[in-house]
Amino acid sequence: MNIDSIQNGIVIDHITAGKSMKLVHLLNLDRDDISIAIIRNVHSQKMGKKDIIKIDAELSVDLDVIGYVDPEATINVIRDGVLAEKKAIGRPKRLTNVIHCKNPRCITSVEQELQHVFVLRDDGYRCLYCETKAE
Amino acid sequence: MRSVIDVMDLSVKELEELIATAEDIIADPDKYAEACHRKKLATLFFEPSTRTRMSFEAAMYELGGHVISMSEASSSSAAKGESVADTAKTVSNYVDIIAMRHPKEGAALVAANNASVPVINAGDGGHCHPTQTLADLLTIWREKKRLSNLTIGFCGDLKFGRTVHSLAGAMARYEGIKLVLISPVELKLPSYVKRNILEPANIPYRQTTDLEDALGELDILYMTRVQRERFFNEEDYLRLKDRYILTEEKMKKAPEDMIVMHPLPRVNEISVAVDKDPRACYFKQVLNGKYMRMALILKLLKEAGTI
Repeated sequence: MNIDSIQNGIVIDHITAGKSMKLVHLLNLDRDDISIAIIRNVHSQKMGKKDIIKIDAELSVDLDVIGYVDPEATINVIRDGVLAEKKAIGRPKRLTNVIHCKNPRCITSVEQELQHVFVLRDDGYRCLYCETKAE
Repeated sequence: MRSVIDVMDLSVKELEELIATAEDIIADPDKYAEACHRKKLATLFFEPSTRTRMSFEAAMYELGGHVISMSEASSSSAAKGESVADTAKTVSNYVDIIAMRHPKEGAALVAANNASVPVINAGDGGHCHPTQTLADLLTIWREKKRLSNLTIGFCGDLKFGRTVHSLAGAMARYEGIKLVLISPVELKLPSYVKRNILEPANIPYRQTTDLEDALGELDILYMTRVQRERFFNEEDYLRLKDRYILTEEKMKKAPEDMIVMHPLPRVNEISVAVDKDPRACYFKQVLNGKYMRMALILKLLKEAGTI
């Protein structure tokens, strides 16, 4: 299977197999104005199977979203056809407007302008306002 | 700007200082009668809570300060759609400190993030009610002369009962605390409270549905009301509300030095006949709440450089 290499853009690599579609959705990559390649279930020596997303555009991606979905994923920034930068992500301590609190008793359920903020606790992400655990 | 949203915002040392201040106020109220002279407290109550609002207002008056109240959420700017953030920013221009009650969880934090004066959370839905816990701590301190080496029985709604979660968290920071969790299966203490509060502090606890069986081992019995407003389903509320009723008869099984606490208001979970039992401390809690609110107002205004 051949996917053309990209000249300027981003490759999100080492995505746990099966999580690429969630990333595409949360990163808002499923739109008409950019070319992306979603490669699923490819062989990986380290992971067994992995997903890769290639984005043929110089756009900034929200690293917090990637870290939330898959902290083990890596980012490769490609400029002029060569690898310019490689970044490990890790799990972000705080998520802003990445996920939404589903607790109907939370203040975010009535105040539309309020940002949805989740903070990383020992047992996962919890809403900053009501402590409800992210699903 | 320092605000108090959760009792865990206060360190053990600060709790001890607040208790010491409250004791000093009780011993010599005249010393504090002008401590907040010409300072103003706003009580912003977006849901009714007569006793908490009156307690804050009495506290500020006894410190020589003034109080501005929002009459009712239904006739205020909130009814016109103003956000909590904007209300907090606006009211900050009028007063030196805000006490806020709101039905939504996290509302007090939103207010604190936007106000330019200290905000005291006077209850945000089922989430936190730190000044109730301060009242509880002063009551335990005054009645038992210690905050450590106590076996506390929490009875009733341990699922939605924020006072229980909050007091359990505060007590978990002291030595030798044991808990007996008495509730119907449907209203058990949530697992996240056990995992995040009890287990890290190695607090021994046991769960039971039998109040009478547990009474003999308790230093403190903390009764709670099953709150209609926390249920989405009326049927569940009706089925569970009268599960535990503390009576004179049951009190015969309790130790002579056990105390009975309740955040009030009660419905019928404590028989009125128990009120005359010297172990009944729930009306003392009300008074202690006023003293601790006075101590907290003083602390926050001092830290803000207002007094």
